[in-house]
Amino acid sequence: MAEDDGFEQRLRQARTRQGMDPPPTSSGGLPSGSTWGVGFRAGVEVVSALIVGVAAGWFLDRWLGTWPWLFLLCFVFGSVAGVLNVYRLFTPRNVARK
Amino acid sequence: MAAEDKTIDALSQFELGTVLGPIGASVGFSQSNAHMLLAAGLITALIMFGMSARAVVPGRLQSLAESSYEFVHDLVVGQVGEEGKRFFPFVFTLFMFVLFGNMLGLLPYAFTYTSHIAVTFGLAAIVFVLITVVALMLHGRKFFGYFFPEGAPLWLAPIIIPVEIVSYLSRPVSLSIRLFANMVAGHVMLKVFATFVVLLGGLGAVGPLVAVLPLSVNIALVGFEVLVAFLQAYVFAILTSIYLHDAVHLH
Repeated sequence: MAEDDGFEQRLRQARTRQGMDPPPTSSGGLPSGSTWGVGFRAGVEVVSALIVGVAAGWFLDRWLGTWPWLFLLCFVFGSVAGVLNVYRLFTPRNVARK
Repeated sequence: MAAEDKTIDALSQFELGTVLGPIGASVGFSQSNAHMLLAAGLITALIMFGMSARAVVPGRLQSLAESSYEFVHDLVVGQVGEEGKRFFPFVFTLFMFVLFGNMLGLLPYAFTYTSHIAVTFGLAAIVFVLITVVALMLHGRKFFGYFFPEGAPLWLAPIIIPVEIVSYLSRPVSLSIRLFANMVAGHVMLKVFATFVVLLGGLGAVGPLVAVLPLSVNIALVGFEVLVAFLQAYVFAILTSIYLHDAVHLH
């Protein structure tokens, strides 16, 4: 396969010389669709965090018999986690990593 | 069926029924399962027959198989890095299964198995278990440091840790809801506008003229749904890769 690799490399060099290849963009994130798509994604993040929070609180309460205190607490945690998810959605991942 | 009693019945398309007569009924083999098997068969056939020629200059089927392989391969390596190659079979299977489910559902008389949250949550749960197990195996106890970022003040721990745990647990939920909601919304819209065509078409002399409007909307929607079907499979695969990146590198 050395032959093929050499061909690929020369082709790439030739293409770069002619300016046919666009400079590699950061393929970091999700496809940024329409405004509706962005809104929908943010909504899903909030709703799913709330579902997890509420479900965790409800089951913990039923298990420990402390209704409604853990439910209320986990609801708040779920809301904060939802906001955090949306914040992470709009923070460029590569910047946030380093 | 919806137009006969002049109502819009957009949700009956998601109802499960058994196929294959009494045998299917006795084991609960639904049309959803049948379409899953069909999708698995089609994917296997695409790869096996596509690659059976092994030509240097690929034919149509081979280039389809190769481009789908390379698409997912680039996605996984681009997101997870070189060490992500071992997860390639998993992500490829997941991507093709979701893609074929979405695409098959657009054919007439077909059933969209990705429009059931039980299916999408099942897939998302597999991803969730995998990323957790991978992170635990690679990092051991350090995995739990994920829930408390270094450098944060210690007195914030009672707030940060539950929030991070909820955020981590919400991953499979958001992954499954996104796919499920997109597929359901698309199919409901198609059904609603298709019912409009039938209802308006039966409205006397002007009916067929007016019915052209929802028909044209439906034609545009079908094209849009093909895009959504591909995009949602892509989003599912890329989010899986992002989560795998987090599990492998544990930033």
